[in-house]
Amino acid sequence: MTDLSALLETLRPQLLRYAQLQLRNPAWAEDAVSETMLAALEKPESFAGRAQPKTWLIGILKHKLVDQVRKHSREVQVTTDEDDGQALEDGLFDEGGHFRETPAEWGDPQAVVGQNQFIQVLDACVEKLPNQLGRVFLMREWLELETDEICKELSVTPTNLWVMLHRARLRLRECLQINWFGQPADAPSSPAPPKRR
Amino acid sequence: MKIFLRRTCREAAYLITSRRDRTLPLADRIALRLHLMACKACPTFERQVRLMDSAMGSWRAYAERGD
Repeated sequence: MTDLSALLETLRPQLLRYAQLQLRNPAWAEDAVSETMLAALEKPESFAGRAQPKTWLIGILKHKLVDQVRKHSREVQVTTDEDDGQALEDGLFDEGGHFRETPAEWGDPQAVVGQNQFIQVLDACVEKLPNQLGRVFLMREWLELETDEICKELSVTPTNLWVMLHRARLRLRECLQINWFGQPADAPSSPAPPKRR
Repeated sequence: MKIFLRRTCREAAYLITSRRDRTLPLADRIALRLHLMACKACPTFERQVRLMDSAMGSWRAYAERGD
């Protein structure tokens, strides 16, 4: 029991961070985490003997996050024109719809994705997504909700949702290009060589 | 007017990322395949998107287990 409260104390900041990442609202994030802790304290027997208590807590948190999204769905106005997604796409593609700049080769996915440092950069990029896109993107990619469920919770049309998810991924791609793949590949810690243009 | 099986890179990119969220209509699937065969940039973009998809899997694991 005391183990559990100590664990909750330790993990609270992390739970709060992920709750905020999903909800993009500090008060709702606090509520989700409090409810998670309460649920955990009410079921000490399901905590006992867990090899991965954090996984268990994150599992509870995810349910509480869905509850919060549901509860506040009216307060979250979802629009596709609020974020400057159009400008984002105009920056990537010319008038004829061609890539202005050819996408770079990112190399072997296995080798890239296996690096902890890369995942940390990705984590920072997810955090930097505009609130609305970040919320929708994480409902899909973290809470792993089906698209029709997200549409229902947020009262958006499927087309709007697909466009938002597309823009979230374009932003993520841009952020990774700048903060990871733009770095010299074999010497990430050494200073970048002068740019040649 | 949009030609039936013709897609720009901008449209193709949307189809490529959308595949994770929906089953594309048959015409889009054919058009995308044709586009990918003729385009240099989009297959690279497609590989980037695949990498990001698998990276999100690692991110989920990181969020649950990592510190």
